[in-house]
Amino acid sequence: MARKDELGEWGERVAGEFLEANGYVILDRRWRCARGEIDIVARFGTTVAVVEVKTRRSVRFGHPLEAVTPAKFARLRALAGEWCVGHDTGSRQLRIDAIGIVGDGKFVESLDHRIGVFA
Amino acid sequence: MSIGRTRSIALSGLGGRFVDIEVDIAAGLPALVLIGLPDTSLGEAKDRVRSAITNSGFAMPPTRVTVNLSPASVPKQGSGFDLAIALAILAGTGAVPADSVAGCVHLGELALDGRLRPIAGILPAVVAARDAGATRVMVPWGNRAEGELVPDVTVIAVASLAGAACEHGANVVAGDVDPIEAPVEPGVVSSSVDLADIVGQPDLVDALIVAAAGGHHVLMVGPPGAGKTMLAERLAAILPDLDTDDAVDVTSVASLTRVAHTSRLITRPPFIAPHHTATSVAMVGGGSGVIRPGAISQAHGGVLFLDEAPEFSSAVLDALRQPLESGDIVIHRAAQSARFPARIHLVLAANPCPCGRAGSADSTCECTPDKRRRYLARLSGPIRDRIDMRLAVERVSRATVFDSDSPRVTTTVARERVTSARAAAIERWGRTRPDATELRTGRFRLAPATVRAIDAALDRGAITMRGYDRIIRIAWTLADCAGTTTPTPEHVGRAYFLRQGVAS
Repeated sequence: MARKDELGEWGERVAGEFLEANGYVILDRRWRCARGEIDIVARFGTTVAVVEVKTRRSVRFGHPLEAVTPAKFARLRALAGEWCVGHDTGSRQLRIDAIGIVGDGKFVESLDHRIGVFA
Repeated sequence: MSIGRTRSIALSGLGGRFVDIEVDIAAGLPALVLIGLPDTSLGEAKDRVRSAITNSGFAMPPTRVTVNLSPASVPKQGSGFDLAIALAILAGTGAVPADSVAGCVHLGELALDGRLRPIAGILPAVVAARDAGATRVMVPWGNRAEGELVPDVTVIAVASLAGAACEHGANVVAGDVDPIEAPVEPGVVSSSVDLADIVGQPDLVDALIVAAAGGHHVLMVGPPGAGKTMLAERLAAILPDLDTDDAVDVTSVASLTRVAHTSRLITRPPFIAPHHTATSVAMVGGGSGVIRPGAISQAHGGVLFLDEAPEFSSAVLDALRQPLESGDIVIHRAAQSARFPARIHLVLAANPCPCGRAGSADSTCECTPDKRRRYLARLSGPIRDRIDMRLAVERVSRATVFDSDSPRVTTTVARERVTSARAAAIERWGRTRPDATELRTGRFRLAPATVRAIDAALDRGAITMRGYDRIIRIAWTLADCAGTTTPTPEHVGRAYFLRQGVAS
């Protein structure tokens, strides 16, 4: 496994722990369909959050969330719709979140949870 | 989350108004969004501001940054909002004290390395800011001399974004930067033309002085090489220096047309001679997007010289009619309108016929009478009616050219005569050009005996009412030049001759 994939997997684990610690229930991880992959799907009360996780070792090349471009965000919206088709959660609201993590695979330098983003 | 605010100026013509710049730094994916009717060059401000902020030792917030330029209905153009946008963002993040930024007007374009580039139109923008009540204006270092021409406002010149932040009390090291200077214009050669260069045309020199004293529009008709251009250039030279208000207007128009090092007000009347291929837009101003001043506004306070006037397209010439009467020009476009000053001294030059030889001594003109008539008829009636003086310029003979004994009037002497004649007019009327009605009624009305000749001409239909008014105006100028208190019948007669001098 490539180093960057290892870092990404670590970041998704950290994000999952962070969400659970904040009262979210993880419904799905790494959910795949023909159009792409959702990192985490979590429920908080009656809201389902589709969470994109971005991890970088440093901010030398910009903040990790700067990599969530409008094109990527548009794809995330479509994927969120696809996920809902196969899962009846009984929830009323759907939200897209982004979590940006700066860390080296062991220690978390910073973690940003942006709730309900739009681009 | 947090809001940063500041102000800048959007120019429209020579006027300007405040633009409030609000920055909202909100949770969301990193993005810089610019709203409020920006044009393309302003839309690109996003990329300049982002680079300048990071290269000045600040961090661009990794969140959603919304920049709103208000009022949204005012079209905004150009790169002059960069500094204001960058400082409002930094005020929003807390890197720079928000109170200080909000209380100052900011003008200037950012370079990618964070330095400030000089922009065009600083003088009218600073004047507009002051008139709208601003007390502090921050301008690029390269524009400092131009900004400091405006009294009653504190102009702060800064070389870089970091320097601007320091000025507002931010905790940042500005460091030494190499400031970007405005390009220095190739030295304006102080006009070396002198009225004394003109030989053998004493009548024309006198007429020129009268034209300068009264601000009368002139048409010169004569064969090529008779000295029409030479005379026109010297007309600008014998006009007195501009007063302060006019100097600010002239310098402001010049400031709008280019970015250049301006360290003092332009005090000499401009001389603008557009080529006869000029379009209406080049003449009166306009353009898509940015409305720019045309030749008529660049000649404000000075001479607009149209050589080969019949070669200009008639639409271009007729576009001059309205500004000649009103002294300014308002240009309307779908999105906005702009007002520019346009009080000009119009000087037209024309050959008597297409080949130019009609009426000369050798008389080798081959133009048919019809061709000749049509040539001068290209100057439409309304334009000709607005011309006060029509002068026939003849070629000078060899004898007069080399007759060095004849007395000649120098520019200095002529300018003194013009200045004293204008002073007399201002003392009488309070300004140099009175209303026509003022001259026809009340105490300035001339005695019937004085105006008998032109009354008869008016009755015959030989002159229009406008022409009548203009003759009276010239007569007053002649009286002022001669130092008499009211025009005599001879002055009126001479004025009639100057106006009708060339059959057309």
